[in-house]
This record gives sequence, structure tokens and C-alpha cells, in this order.
Amino acid sequence: MATQQKSQTRKETKKLGKDRLQRVIDMMRGIEDHTVDPFLLNVDEIIRIVQEYFPAWDQPEELNLDAEAIHHLASVIKLQSEWVKQRSTSLYTDPFLLEEKITQKDKREMMQLFLRAWHPIVEQEQVTLRSFADALRYWDALVPLKERWEQPAVAEVATGVATREELIDQSILRDETFSAEMGRYYDELKGKVQTKGKDGKLDYMDWVGADTYTETVQRVYITSFLVTYGYATLEVIPLEDEIFIMPLQEPGAKLARQAFSVPITLTFESWQKWKRGEKT
Amino acid sequence: MSTKRKGAYAAKVKRATHMLFYRRHQKPGVKGWELRKALSSDYPKVLDVLDDFLKPLDLQVKTVFEEEKAPEKPSVDDLDKARFYVTLRGSLEPKEAKMIGWRIDDLAGLAITISYVISKKGQAARRDVEELLGEKLAGWKVGLNLDRYIRYGYLQQDDNEQLYLDWRTRAEVDEKALIDLLLYSEVEEAARSKVKVSVEAEEEDEAGENSEG
Repeated sequence: MATQQKSQTRKETKKLGKDRLQRVIDMMRGIEDHTVDPFLLNVDEIIRIVQEYFPAWDQPEELNLDAEAIHHLASVIKLQSEWVKQRSTSLYTDPFLLEEKITQKDKREMMQLFLRAWHPIVEQEQVTLRSFADALRYWDALVPLKERWEQPAVAEVATGVATREELIDQSILRDETFSAEMGRYYDELKGKVQTKGKDGKLDYMDWVGADTYTETVQRVYITSFLVTYGYATLEVIPLEDEIFIMPLQEPGAKLARQAFSVPITLTFESWQKWKRGEKT
Repeated sequence: MSTKRKGAYAAKVKRATHMLFYRRHQKPGVKGWELRKALSSDYPKVLDVLDDFLKPLDLQVKTVFEEEKAPEKPSVDDLDKARFYVTLRGSLEPKEAKMIGWRIDDLAGLAITISYVISKKGQAARRDVEELLGEKLAGWKVGLNLDRYIRYGYLQQDDNEQLYLDWRTRAEVDEKALIDLLLYSEVEEAARSKVKVSVEAEEEDEAGENSEG
């Protein structure tokens, strides 16, 4: 019974000691961060606390806490010493006292005081014969601007008005708007699915494949928008390595499933295989 | 010192004079390593000789170390990183200050600003300095003057509008002397006037004795 009571007291002492050390460490951290005046800490008191609880520590983390407290205490004593040193230097002055002195002085007095402590830098900004000669040599070697900045000869062309056809030729404008083009592709997809498709879907390659590789790439590009904007959806069968495209009856309708991206590569070789009727 | 050695030193002193008096970079002054490159490793000795030459002209070679506090015994590395200037050894008279382009208002404003920043341990809010200057200077002039002090290199300002002392203050202003002068000027003046009064009293006594005689 007595042993149990002793053990209980020991536990309570340890808990109390840990709390006190932790509080001391927190305070010392505040001082190290310059948020608390270093002289608010009673060093003797801290040493007394550390000494008081030291016999109770037997676990590594408890000894660690004790060591941490000592370490922070050393830092705080260093800070106190620096503070005293700073205050004792002749450059330290009470800001309020100095501010008072500054406001008391008139402009002339202030200037006269300053002149006694001011030793302006002496410097010359004068041309010397040597720098003059150097500058002349540099000037001689300098290539004229018209030679340095010579522009390539460009044939002069009279300004005029470009026609819509010319802009389409130069690929600046398209011959139809993008949405109109998508609508056209959507109609084509529905038609193809009806004629060549099975179960309301069409093989992806049979849909995008065209006579030329360029045209095929263009169809792939438009198809990606058809799928993104909800005109069509893709069915991917990974095990069979097959991809089908299905037109949706209501374009733009929200899909029941979570949207996800499907990367599809179309190389020139795979297009050639498709043209030869081989499975890509 | 042999004639040849003297000649070599004379040439180095001349070269050092050119380097220190004529501005080579955007900022005046020459770095120690530049002097070492141009004058050899004994450049501190060359500068000592130059300083002796400048003494009668009331000029001096001033060394500003990279660290705020000058090392007691500077190492070669400290000197290489330091910047050297030629500055006035003594002080200017108010009339002379006007001659070098400073109005009394501007100079007093600079003195107040520097003193205030020193008193705040080297950092002060621009707004506080403006308030202090605004007590004695026209409002429109306060901002302009502060910008001018920053442009000249007496002060620098960070993004939070905090003012610090810059390279020119460290080169030109004896900060300790300025603070001492500010704090003890009244004591000095009082002492001076006390001496004056006692001298006058003695003179009166002497005059009285003479007339009696």
C-alpha cells in the first residue's frame, strides 16, 4: 500500500516537473525570438527548478527535456549579456531622450551640430587628357549607327485590302466557324453510325480515318471536341485494345459517369496500317 | 628608404590618388581588392603615405569596412572587402556647406533623419521620420528630401517603407560624434557660457582694482 502511494507521488512529481520545465522552455523560446524581455527571466529560479526535479528523471525523454531547458537557459544568459553590452556602449542612447533633443533644436543648431560630425567624400568628375585621348580613339573605332543597325533590304509593296479568300488561303481564317464544323461532323457521325455502325457505335479508327494523314489528324482534332462538348462519347475496351465512338442523342447533356481523359496516339504508321486494312 | 624604392612608392601614391579622387564606378570609392590589383599587396602602406600627404590639406583616406563595426585588427580579407574614400578630415563651416550645394533646411533634415534612425537602432519607419521632419519643414519638401537622401546613398528604404542608414552615411558621418554632440551640446554650451561669465567677472574685478589704484 505504501509502495503504491509512493509510486503515485513520484508520478505526480514527474508530471508537475515536466509541466514546469515545458513552461520555462516556452518562455525562454519567447526571449530567443525577441518577443519577451530577457530580464523578465529569473535565472536563479530556473536553476532551482531544474535542480529540484533532476533527481526524478530516469527516462531518456525526461533527461532530454532537462537538457533542453539548460540549453535554452544558456542562450538567454547570452542574450542578457548582449543586451547589457549594447546598452553600455556609448552609441546606445535612449530613443525618447534623443527624439526630445532633436525636436528641441532649431534648424540652424541642428545643421551646425551635423557639420561637426560630417566629413563629405571628395570626388572629382573631370575630364583628363588621357581619358580624352582614349575617348577619341574609341570614337574613331566606333562603327556608324547606320552600319550597325543596317536593315535587310525588303521589297516595297503597295498596301491594299486582303480578301476573305486570301486570308483562308493563308490559314488566318477558316472557311466556316468551328461550331458549324462540329455540327457538320456530328451529323456525319450519326449518319455513319446508322449505316456502318453496330449497336449505335462505330470503330474509332473507321470514324477518324481519311484518305490523307493530314485530314485524319484534323478529324481526330475535331472529334476530341465532339467528345469534350458532349456530342459523342467513347467506349474503351482495354483488354481488346478497341475504341468505339457513339454519338449522343442530346448534344451537351451531362454524362452520368465522371468525365475522364483518354489519350489516343495516331502515328503515321498506324494510319498507314489502317489504310491497308490491318488492325491498328 | 632607397631612392628607387621612394620612386616606386611615389608612383603608387600617385596612382592611388587617381583611383581615389576620380570616380570609377557608380558609387565613389575604391574596393580594397581593386587597390591590391593596381598597387600590389602593400596598398595599405601606400594609403598611409597618401593619408600623410593629405593631412595638411584637411583631407583623409577613410576606410569603411563591410561589417557595420570596424574590426580592431583588420585582416587582409577585411581590407580587401572594405571600401576606401577620400573625405574631409575636419569639418565644414556653415558657409562652406552652402557652397557645396546644400541648403540649411536640407542639411538639417538630413541631420535629424540620420540621428533619428541611429536612435532607433538603425531602422525607422519612413512615416515616423516624415512626421518628425514635417514639424519644421514644409510638407511638400519632406518627401522630396527623403527621396534625395535615399538617392545620394545616405539612406536606404525597404519594401515595408523602413529606412536604414546606407553606405554614404557610413563613409561620411561620424555617428558617435553626432549623437554625443546632440546629447551634450547643451552641457557644453552651458559650460562655455559659464566660463565666459567668470572671465568677464575677472576682467571687471581687474578693471575695478586698476581704477582704485
